[in-house]
Amino acid sequence: MCSLLRGEEMCLAQLFLQSGSAYDCISELGELGLVEFRDLNPSVTTFQRKHVNEIKKCEEMERILGYLLREVKKADISLPERDVNPVAPLPKHIMSIMEQLQRLEVELGEVTRNKDKLQRNLLELTEYTHMLRITRTFVQRSVEREPLQAQYEEFPFLEKDTMLEYSSMQRLGAKLGFISGLIQRTKIQAFERMLWRVCKGYTILSYAEVEEYLEDPDTGEPSKRVVFLISYWGDQIGQKVKKICDCYHCHLYPYPSSNEERNDVVEGLRTRIQDLHTVLHRTEDYLKQVLMKASESVYTWVIQVKKMKAIYYILNLCSLDVTNKCLIAEVWCPVDDIPTLQRALEEGSRKSGSTVPSFVNRIPTNDAPPTLIRTNKFTSGFQNIVDAYGVGNYREVNPAPFTIITFPFLFAVMFGDLGHGAIMALFALWMVLYENNRKLKNTRNEIWNTFFEGRYIILMMGLFSIYTGLIYNDCFSKSLNIFGSGWSVKAMFTEGVWKIADIRGNRFLTLDPNVTGVFTGPYPLGIDPIWNLASNRLTFLNSYKMKMSVILGIIHMSFGVILSTYNHLHFKKKYNLYLVFLPELLFLLCLFGYLAFMIIYKWLVFTAKDSRLAPSILIHFINMFLMQGDGMQPLYPGQTGLQVFLVVIAVLSVPVLLLGKPVYLYWLHNGSNRIGMYRGYERVRRNSEEELYLMRAHDMEEGSGHSDLSTSGERPTEEFDFGDEFLHQAIHTIEYCLGCVSNTASYLRLWALSLAHAQLSEVLWAMVMRVGLRMDTTLGVLFLVPVFCLFAVLTVSILLVMEGLSAFLHALRLHWVEFQNKFYSGTGVKLCPFSFSLLPSSFEHDGLL
Amino acid sequence: MTNTDRSLTQFDQQQDSFLLEYISLIMRGLICGPKVAACGMVLSAWGVIMLAMVGIFFSTHSAVLFEDVPVTKDDLKDTDPPHRIYALYNKVGYNCFIAAGIYVLFGLFSCCQMKLNKRKEYLVH
Repeated sequence: MCSLLRGEEMCLAQLFLQSGSAYDCISELGELGLVEFRDLNPSVTTFQRKHVNEIKKCEEMERILGYLLREVKKADISLPERDVNPVAPLPKHIMSIMEQLQRLEVELGEVTRNKDKLQRNLLELTEYTHMLRITRTFVQRSVEREPLQAQYEEFPFLEKDTMLEYSSMQRLGAKLGFISGLIQRTKIQAFERMLWRVCKGYTILSYAEVEEYLEDPDTGEPSKRVVFLISYWGDQIGQKVKKICDCYHCHLYPYPSSNEERNDVVEGLRTRIQDLHTVLHRTEDYLKQVLMKASESVYTWVIQVKKMKAIYYILNLCSLDVTNKCLIAEVWCPVDDIPTLQRALEEGSRKSGSTVPSFVNRIPTNDAPPTLIRTNKFTSGFQNIVDAYGVGNYREVNPAPFTIITFPFLFAVMFGDLGHGAIMALFALWMVLYENNRKLKNTRNEIWNTFFEGRYIILMMGLFSIYTGLIYNDCFSKSLNIFGSGWSVKAMFTEGVWKIADIRGNRFLTLDPNVTGVFTGPYPLGIDPIWNLASNRLTFLNSYKMKMSVILGIIHMSFGVILSTYNHLHFKKKYNLYLVFLPELLFLLCLFGYLAFMIIYKWLVFTAKDSRLAPSILIHFINMFLMQGDGMQPLYPGQTGLQVFLVVIAVLSVPVLLLGKPVYLYWLHNGSNRIGMYRGYERVRRNSEEELYLMRAHDMEEGSGHSDLSTSGERPTEEFDFGDEFLHQAIHTIEYCLGCVSNTASYLRLWALSLAHAQLSEVLWAMVMRVGLRMDTTLGVLFLVPVFCLFAVLTVSILLVMEGLSAFLHALRLHWVEFQNKFYSGTGVKLCPFSFSLLPSSFEHDGLL
Repeated sequence: MTNTDRSLTQFDQQQDSFLLEYISLIMRGLICGPKVAACGMVLSAWGVIMLAMVGIFFSTHSAVLFEDVPVTKDDLKDTDPPHRIYALYNKVGYNCFIAAGIYVLFGLFSCCQMKLNKRKEYLVH
């Protein structure tokens, strides 16, 4: 009950788990996600804990699973998307899973290695074929060239030179050797240069590029290669050439000495390549089969291993009983869930077939429990934005249920446009209607996830913006005339105030509401649409919006102060009500509440007829503090007296706020020694109902009487530090009083942002749409289409996204600072229940799942 | 040959395969991807509704839209009732309706693209 307002009541419980059924019980608890386990062995390192071997086994399995998932992903096999939720396997099943995984790993490793080897072989054979084919053209070319040599008389030197070299070498008995192979295209130039430098012309290099891309076996990328043929004289040159070829990572192949040999080799290669293709094909098919079979169960295994590891981790947090037969665990548990917890333990014991049941025992504690606030899909968004500032203390008032309405409302006040609000609401409605669509839920895009998580917030913001858009009468910067305007221009003519000549002669004319028929009554809902055509529109709207912002701010802040009474009453500090809450409220209302009253009074009492005599609220407010104002017309009879009274009350409430609480506590602590029945009196910082009750119970158990006050025993008396308390209260007073002024002014951002939004919207219409609408020519129609497209894009990007984020941020700031610092401390800790669904998976992190 | 050359050759090869794929897709009639088609549908829906409403407001000679009508000094001469200004209002109103009609066509086109995209997805998976 009242979980959203205040948070659940929590308790510390001890679980006594039988050793045999501990695993199953914790598995049950993990499925339920109820409780948070406390570490009972904080001084033990991870390697000294009891179940470290099991955790190592789990990690080994996770390693194999990671390898499997990577292979599956590489082979482009899609994992079946099933919503399976297998339970954690029993310890006896762990070995079988481990075996299966290891077997799979070995098999996959073998098959992959074989495949790589085959592919390398295939590559070599392909290269060899290319090489043979291309070097054949070298030989043919050089054979063709010989008869032509005699014709080139101009270049006799080169040709004759090589011929001479060849014949002279033959005479010297040097053998002509050939080295052929392939090299990467990027390296051929450097290779040629190196050959020339080293062998100084005793080699001839001819090369040609291979047209198709060959795969590099090491990197797997396709690259271009060049076939080369080096002919050299002499063995030493041959050694040098071989060394250079090694340097440049060439693939060398034996060069056939005759044409017949070449043809034989080519034939042989062709058959071998065909065979290899078939074998490779079969291997790939087999690999794919193995991976597909693995992929069916890999998802289940991942979840099972994750759960297992989590259970062993929790088992490590427990401590052993003295009899060594029972595990003790300490958990934080919501009080309402203790029956469920008991049932889960019984279920676990039953599953493990243990005869002795495990049970729960609630124990008293002085630590502050973590906070648990149960939310549903609607309230979780708002709770998140409150928690982003700070998680509430245990059983402190939670601002979230109020934020559900005030946050969209303040956003809408700053955003106030019917058209933009409608688009925002439609977008949010689409997200809400399709919230169960798997594709929308599981995207990894961070920005989209943020918007999707907040879809209910955006929906509320959109709906409220439609409402404020109606009030401001602003739809894409144009006003809607739904009910008929209350102003009539014609009446100025019929009453004879204006003449036709006046229109020609003046740029601006003022409608006078005091003339009969001009102003027939206020517009039923919102701002009159005629203001859209008025040149002094901003003057009117600014005054209206500023006053509205101040009134809204004062209401919001007063509400925050009133909420603090909930905390004072719940934590049984009634003195806070009189010494803190009352002075705060009086200070706020006497000064700023009176300002709001004056604003509303002026709106109601002064009409168009006495607009000349209407007083300035600001001047009156300032005079109130200066205790002046005799020269001015009072707003109402008795104003000066009332104002003096209010100022006096406000000024008097400051010292009460400053000194009241410390003095009272001092008196309570020192002046009433006889009454104190408890040792260690109220700790002034944290005080929960349970603590007091538990302390009392503890004391009564120990059998202490009030005569034992002097001997403190194990429990030292809590010192009441007057200086500390006084300083704390002084800071609070200064913060509050100065804060009232600055926070009230801070609410003026409601005016500022709504003005900015309205102006941006108007500028967009005037500069974009108007250009399209005003086109006179026949082609003007077609021009309107892209103009509207541009208008739409700019509206979404500037007015919806940019202004929306800006208004969101400012509304958030108003809540976090101006509203929450009146009552909320937000220094608590959130309950992190042990739940399998909340555990992150490292595979998801790597994008493998 | 430098590293840029090597990566350029890879790029060439990839470009060839992509070009073939694109051509086959366009032959089927699929021009935009699913996201572009969805944006097109949303934009045309918004365009139809908003331009139609603006057109209606122009046709009813709404005073708020006065500055969007291309009024010249001569048009302001006649007063009761200002026929020329009404005619101008109507003209702009018709322009809006025609633009709304064009957006209807655009919306149908986007709808077709969405259907083709859905079919392609259905075939692949």
